Amino acid sequence: MQAVFAYDKLNKEQMKKEWGNPMNILSKTTILAAVLALGACSSADRFGNSDAVDLNNSGVAGGALAGSPQDPTSAAYFQQTVGDRVLFAVDQSTLTPQGMATLDGQAQWLSTNVEYSAVIEGHADEQGTREYNLALGARRANAVLEYLTAKGVAPNRMKVISYGKERPLEICSEESCYAKNRRAVTVISVVPTS
Amino acid sequence: MMKHVLTLLSAILFGLAAPVAAQERDGPLRIEITEGVIEPLPYAVPVFVADTAAAAQHAQNITQVIAADLSGTGLFREIPDSAHIGRITNFASPVQFPDWKAINAQALIVGGVSVDGAGRLTVRFRLYDVFAGQEIGQGLQLQGTVDGWRRMAHKVADQVYARLTGEDAYFDSRVVFVAESGPKDNRQKRLAIMDYDGANLSYLTDASSIVLAPRFSPGDNQVLYTSYESGFPKIYVLDVASAGRRVLETQQGTMSFAPRFAPDGRTVVFSLTSGGNTDLYTMDIGSGRTSRLTSAPSIETAPSFSPDGSRIVFESDRSGLPQLYVMPSSGGEAQRISFGQGRYGTPVWSPRGDLIAFTKQSKGRFHIGVMRTDGSEERLLTASFLDEGPTWAPNGRVIMFTRESQGAQGQARLYSVDITGRNLRKVPLDIGASDPSWSGLQK
Repeated sequence: MQAVFAYDKLNKEQMKKEWGNPMNILSKTTILAAVLALGACSSADRFGNSDAVDLNNSGVAGGALAGSPQDPTSAAYFQQTVGDRVLFAVDQSTLTPQGMATLDGQAQWLSTNVEYSAVIEGHADEQGTREYNLALGARRANAVLEYLTAKGVAPNRMKVISYGKERPLEICSEESCYAKNRRAVTVISVVPTS
Repeated sequence: MMKHVLTLLSAILFGLAAPVAAQERDGPLRIEITEGVIEPLPYAVPVFVADTAAAAQHAQNITQVIAADLSGTGLFREIPDSAHIGRITNFASPVQFPDWKAINAQALIVGGVSVDGAGRLTVRFRLYDVFAGQEIGQGLQLQGTVDGWRRMAHKVADQVYARLTGEDAYFDSRVVFVAESGPKDNRQKRLAIMDYDGANLSYLTDASSIVLAPRFSPGDNQVLYTSYESGFPKIYVLDVASAGRRVLETQQGTMSFAPRFAPDGRTVVFSLTSGGNTDLYTMDIGSGRTSRLTSAPSIETAPSFSPDGSRIVFESDRSGLPQLYVMPSSGGEAQRISFGQGRYGTPVWSPRGDLIAFTKQSKGRFHIGVMRTDGSEERLLTASFLDEGPTWAPNGRVIMFTRESQGAQGQARLYSVDITGRNLRKVPLDIGASDPSWSGLQK
């Protein structure tokens, strides 16, 4: 049996980075658990070549394991396949066309999976003062909230929070890292937000 | 060249009937620090005389702290023990000035330490102008418990600093800050408090949630800070003595941060974010009643009161980039005061009221700077990959701030710098640290 990761829509470089990132222990564990549950993997390289992954033949007969990334109603699926984050330009909280496309997917997913609510986390890179970045992160999270609201997601299913520059995903002090840290992440759960 | 101000100090200050004629100048020894002092004033502080064997270690420690305080300002240079010719063996004996002249000690600090049976520590000291051959000010005696020895040493150094500079002192003061540990992408933060020189570190919160930017109350008995304890950024007020804390409730579903006390100690100014927009509000800490100060689609944050409480300086990006503005403390029209290249943030009014310290970001570098309260005479004091969050020493002459180093292994550390831009120093602390808030001089 082949382990399948439906991460075709996710930037693979980013996936690799995040896997190697201690911040993502939780998601790592989740995915790892899914891998184990699926049994022995024949895939040589989980993150390397997408050629090794046959997305059309998942081998998960009769549907995906509940909660696994293959289960289209799972949080893992939302995170990896729908895409849980949008990125922003320096100092900006304006959504990019790519960001809007991701959010369209999020809105659609949330309209199907009504038991989930979302906390939208706004983040900034380390350039800028602590206070300003907190406010900027809030702007970014709110831009996502407004977009999702316009796409039909009920506002009472969503909450925003800003972490400013307190929770960087990437730790280098270069634009390659900053670009990934200027983000708004939609974190979903079945726990009611209020 | 060191500048000795030739004006006479008031006899009242010294408690002397009349100034004795100096040998080489018309007035007492004094260092002028408002202008460019390049050469620090040489002084000697021979180990304080211990009256009893039990006091010997304290005498040694106290002398070291006094010397560290004074030399740490960059205004004074200690002539080490090894160079001394004279020996002070009795606090009460007359000083042999030629011994100290010979090593060019301009100021001499002589002290005695005793510990009584009840464990009470007594510290006495006298300050001398070596070349004038006379005492500066009156001898002073301090008494306290043995574990208060550091504070007593700081008090002695404060007296010396004040007498030699004519400025208010700042050594007997504390700093509340955020202690940091762990890697950049999983940093643990907790509130901590220490003496201004990094000693007597203790923690006020655990590391279970992110805490940011603590600020002392006017009496230094309370601290305002932002915490994610509830899962959401909210402002808390913490009692320093008990470490008990309570949340300052604002509107449901809003985020509040960047709090600071007004000089009255009852009003708090802060940022509140609602619908993605951040504005400034005040709250009466007793009643919890809030009022809104700004109403703009831009970001308004990092407010700080003038010492008289009449005005607030803050940061806003209403012009496009973050700049500094001053408005009446009740709100109303704001005047922009920063006009240089780059972005300005975290303005803090000096306790003297004359200057505003700020963070400036320009051409990929961060600076701590000062400007007059109308924005004129901007001077940048530091430059690095990331300097931010200035806080003033109680005398308005020194600024402490956060410096974060670059890259994946980047760490935050506290530094201090004189408002002249000289004497940049790392605060001696073994742990990561950010967001300092300097107390007033302890009573």
